[in-house]
Amino acid sequence: MLGLERAKDDWYPVAIAGSMGECESHTTRLLGFEITLHGGKNGAISVNFGETDLAVQVKFDHVWTTFCDNPRPLFDIPEGDEPGRVRVPCGVVRVKCSPLRAVENFLDIAHFPFVHTDILGAEPHTEVAPYDVKIDESKNEVIATKVKFFQPQAAKSAGDGIVTDYVYRVAAPMVSILYKTCPPKPEAQDVITLFVQPLDEETCDVWPWMALYDYENSMADMISFQQMIFVQDRSILENQIPRKLPLDPRMEIPTRADMTSIAYRRWLKRSGALYGALTEAV
Amino acid sequence: MSFRLYNYVLSGNCYKVRLFASLLGVSYESIAVDFHPGQEHKGEKLLQISPAETLPIMLADDMVLTETSAMLGWMASKFDAGKNWWPVNEPTKITLIIQWLGFASDLTLTIGEARLHSMLNRDVDVDRALAGGKRALRLLEARLTEQSLRGSQWLVGENPTIADIACFPYAALAPDAGLEHDDYPVIRNWLYAIRSLDGFVTMPGIHEVHKLRDTENTL
Repeated sequence: MLGLERAKDDWYPVAIAGSMGECESHTTRLLGFEITLHGGKNGAISVNFGETDLAVQVKFDHVWTTFCDNPRPLFDIPEGDEPGRVRVPCGVVRVKCSPLRAVENFLDIAHFPFVHTDILGAEPHTEVAPYDVKIDESKNEVIATKVKFFQPQAAKSAGDGIVTDYVYRVAAPMVSILYKTCPPKPEAQDVITLFVQPLDEETCDVWPWMALYDYENSMADMISFQQMIFVQDRSILENQIPRKLPLDPRMEIPTRADMTSIAYRRWLKRSGALYGALTEAV
Repeated sequence: MSFRLYNYVLSGNCYKVRLFASLLGVSYESIAVDFHPGQEHKGEKLLQISPAETLPIMLADDMVLTETSAMLGWMASKFDAGKNWWPVNEPTKITLIIQWLGFASDLTLTIGEARLHSMLNRDVDVDRALAGGKRALRLLEARLTEQSLRGSQWLVGENPTIADIACFPYAALAPDAGLEHDDYPVIRNWLYAIRSLDGFVTMPGIHEVHKLRDTENTL
């Protein structure tokens, strides 16, 4: 299968750290293979693939695993460790779409007024102003900067509408990180991420995670806000045909607003990150 | 404040109350509960309010309500002066409404369960839930077809009632569980009719009817 071997070299989220009791176990899938999670002492979680113990590490409040003995290192989000931030693992949502489509949708702002109406966007403020996109060769990441968009309710902590500044970062094929204006603390930026667990090429479990400056809202409020936004996307994602992400530019015609998506697709192609992708027009 | 609602944003049952309150123009206090992943509805704080381990919970007039049918009935009795949503003086209608409120629970136990599985990975008997969901959608389609032959697009009588509100969320959310609406044209029309009501609000998975806006003044 195209891209499977490369995909096996990355780390993937499979659980929220500390979410399993001792002796509890639970079966899930990763890249089409069945794996089993076991709860151990003090909230530790181990992962088996058949008879094999897989490598495990805890980062960003999630348990990450990999099939590889010598995996590509897991990326960093230095801002996430800043003192004073509330770190919010938002739970898992399953979506019947390619893991790459879930990431790509997260990078798109043009859909805000239509899918997240009166929250992340509103008509007639539908214009996406020009912004910058590049591939950061030193880190091998896609970066979009100077993204600006008018938002009626940018975050749970935002009162009235504001023009929100965004930076997007694709740190691995199935990880998308965004930095956006933090309404109560203008000098800082909120961090919101999607960590995607590829169950197979056309199904994924999505683990949103946030590191915010928000001292007013309850954890339940912040989780609800993020789940509301993400599940608004879910029904759209499940209706995208084909389920895999086409990398041939003849299949889905991009516009100027889709520059991040164009860069993401090119970057996937040149990296050989083809798990969940369609490489030829059908 | 008219009532307090312990609320979860992705719950179709909580949405029944949010939707009906909005249609009636009633404001209320909403308290977010971390149902997923936190399972806060099974935590000590909420068990002290209601031991049922279910959402929503409504605190109204010194009552603790855990059944959405009771919540909708209370809201209609209290805030709908015209008695259209809960026509207490019309025995046939009220009886049929109670019948469909019962049916709404079947939708929760079938489509609602299948949706919890397909979306939040809950451990349920998904084949049973999907088979039951399909049967329920067929029954609903048959009822709405009968009604449309009588010239009505609503479940009971000629106006929307709390029966429509109770059955709407999980019928509308069926695609979340993988049950598409394509086979149910009359249900689709009925969903559209509810989404077109004044005061309608969305929930994730249920979109608003897109209105063509007047762009003349903004271009």
